[in-house]
Amino acid sequence: MSEKDLKNKDLSDSVDEEKRDFLFITTAGLAVAGGAVTAFSLIDTMNPAKDVLALSTTEVDLAPIEEGQSLTVMWRGKPIFIRHRTSEEIRTANNTSVNELKHMASDESRVKNPKWLVVVGVCTHLGCVPLGQKVGDNKGEFGGWFCPCHGSHYDTSGRIRKGPAPLNLEIPPYDFVSDEIIKIG
Amino acid sequence: MKEKETENKKGISNWIDERLPVFTFINHNLRDYPTPKNLNYFWNFGSLAGITLVIMIITGILLAMQYTANTEMAFDSVERIMRDVNNGWLLRYIHMNGASMFFIIVYIHMFRGLYYGSYKYPREILWMLGVVILLLMMATAFMGYVLPWGQMSFWGATVITNLFSAFPVIGDYIVTFLWGGFSVDNPTLTRFFVLHYLLPFAIVGVVALHLVALHQFGSNNPTGIDVKSDGDTIPFHPYYTVKDYLGLGVYLIVFAFLVFFAPNFLGHPDNYIPANPLQTPAHIVPEWYFLPFYAILRAVPDKLLGVLLMFAAVMVLFFLPWLDKHKVRSANFRPFYKQFYWLFFINCIVLGWVGAMPAEGIYVLISRIATLYYFGFFLIIMPFLSKFEKTTDLPSSISAAVISEKFDNKEPSSAESYVK
Repeated sequence: MSEKDLKNKDLSDSVDEEKRDFLFITTAGLAVAGGAVTAFSLIDTMNPAKDVLALSTTEVDLAPIEEGQSLTVMWRGKPIFIRHRTSEEIRTANNTSVNELKHMASDESRVKNPKWLVVVGVCTHLGCVPLGQKVGDNKGEFGGWFCPCHGSHYDTSGRIRKGPAPLNLEIPPYDFVSDEIIKIG
Repeated sequence: MKEKETENKKGISNWIDERLPVFTFINHNLRDYPTPKNLNYFWNFGSLAGITLVIMIITGILLAMQYTANTEMAFDSVERIMRDVNNGWLLRYIHMNGASMFFIIVYIHMFRGLYYGSYKYPREILWMLGVVILLLMMATAFMGYVLPWGQMSFWGATVITNLFSAFPVIGDYIVTFLWGGFSVDNPTLTRFFVLHYLLPFAIVGVVALHLVALHQFGSNNPTGIDVKSDGDTIPFHPYYTVKDYLGLGVYLIVFAFLVFFAPNFLGHPDNYIPANPLQTPAHIVPEWYFLPFYAILRAVPDKLLGVLLMFAAVMVLFFLPWLDKHKVRSANFRPFYKQFYWLFFINCIVLGWVGAMPAEGIYVLISRIATLYYFGFFLIIMPFLSKFEKTTDLPSSISAAVISEKFDNKEPSSAESYVK
């Protein structure tokens, strides 16, 4: 044993500190890098999968929707409100002074064709689906939509007018593919 | 004294440690923890098994987020993981091959214990907890294999659950109970999924007990001699952390090779055919890690006896500490045991091989001979050798063994056998 201790002592005098540091840093560095790449790849599995992303556009035929009627379609798992607005509704939306709005936006800026209002049917307060799509629904004080969860009122342009919601109903990206077909997403 | 201690220790970690001694605990068990200085690379497999368990749990939790436990959707949900989920193929291949790696690691771990007598006094409970872990692993692996709901999943589940029908009178009731119906169907799949998720955490619990039992007396070592002085040990850190780390690197290379270059090598192609309750595949085989036990099952022409013998093949391990009562632990100093041991090792591989072969002709005979030796080794050879085997000279201490190996031929007999 004493023989071995002596041997160890000799060794400790001749330790190459620089080499040791180099080995330590490269080893630890590689482990951290490998761990990070692995962790990222694994956590990435929780991001939207390809089949989910493939559902990100929806085409809607507007032809069957009569003036004054509404249609709810699904886009990315969310309801999209499409309303064929009456001229009365368009007028009220346009006549509202932008300055008195909580979230200022003109009706013009919210539509591509004034007859068609397309909004995401999710209340900007806490994510409930507002009422107002069906004939008998409570449309709120401004003739648009009313969220039953916490009482937010939206007007015929989907703008927040009263209640706790901070923002207007979101406008999804969409285009008119033809006069009567829109592609959402 | 107390005051002095608080005075010496400052900083947040000490503040915490005084109230909740986590750092003391880590220091005791992973840092200063005195470990025999002569452990060879076979002592890596415990930590490797632990790491594999963690890998399986992490990938398993992520897979469970994508999987659907329903007979109509299970197969497709697995295919969706393979095709649509980001890195889903990687996740599933790691988990799939991880099961195989887990068994390889644990089997080597067990063969190491068998060779060096790690199950003997005072480590009997440590060994028995290990056998409990093995049983839990087997149940978990079996149920996990059912989840993709391919042909092998379905028929594997059918065959294995039908094992219980061998018991007289109650057999059929047990099987109906296990299925939750009159065949392997949706209720079976959902309960298997739940248990497959649950049992690994039970394994974690038993592993904790396994470690407590291990640290009670510390690791065995290749000489099988008890630690006699401080000179026989070295602190776990940095010596064995580095050694385990190197072993981990090599292990992960093998693991990654399998995952990236041969992910389906250990699986069965029939499991990529959706389950069909109306058609049994021509040749049913369990996963490779069950093959030796499967061979024992098929070696016996009687249904009940075959099932009992297969269960007994695992259960006999519980009694190992009392079957082998020879005072010397390490096979390095037991010339006869060593030879029977290696024969047993080969025998297990033979059992695995015949388990994969069709149950006919010469294979039946081979499986019977191998089954006979399997039990003969435990029940006849071990007790017999315990009484009569003469050992070669044992080194006086671990240090003596190390020195004689490294520096000269002071103790030639032990050093020679030790090199193995």
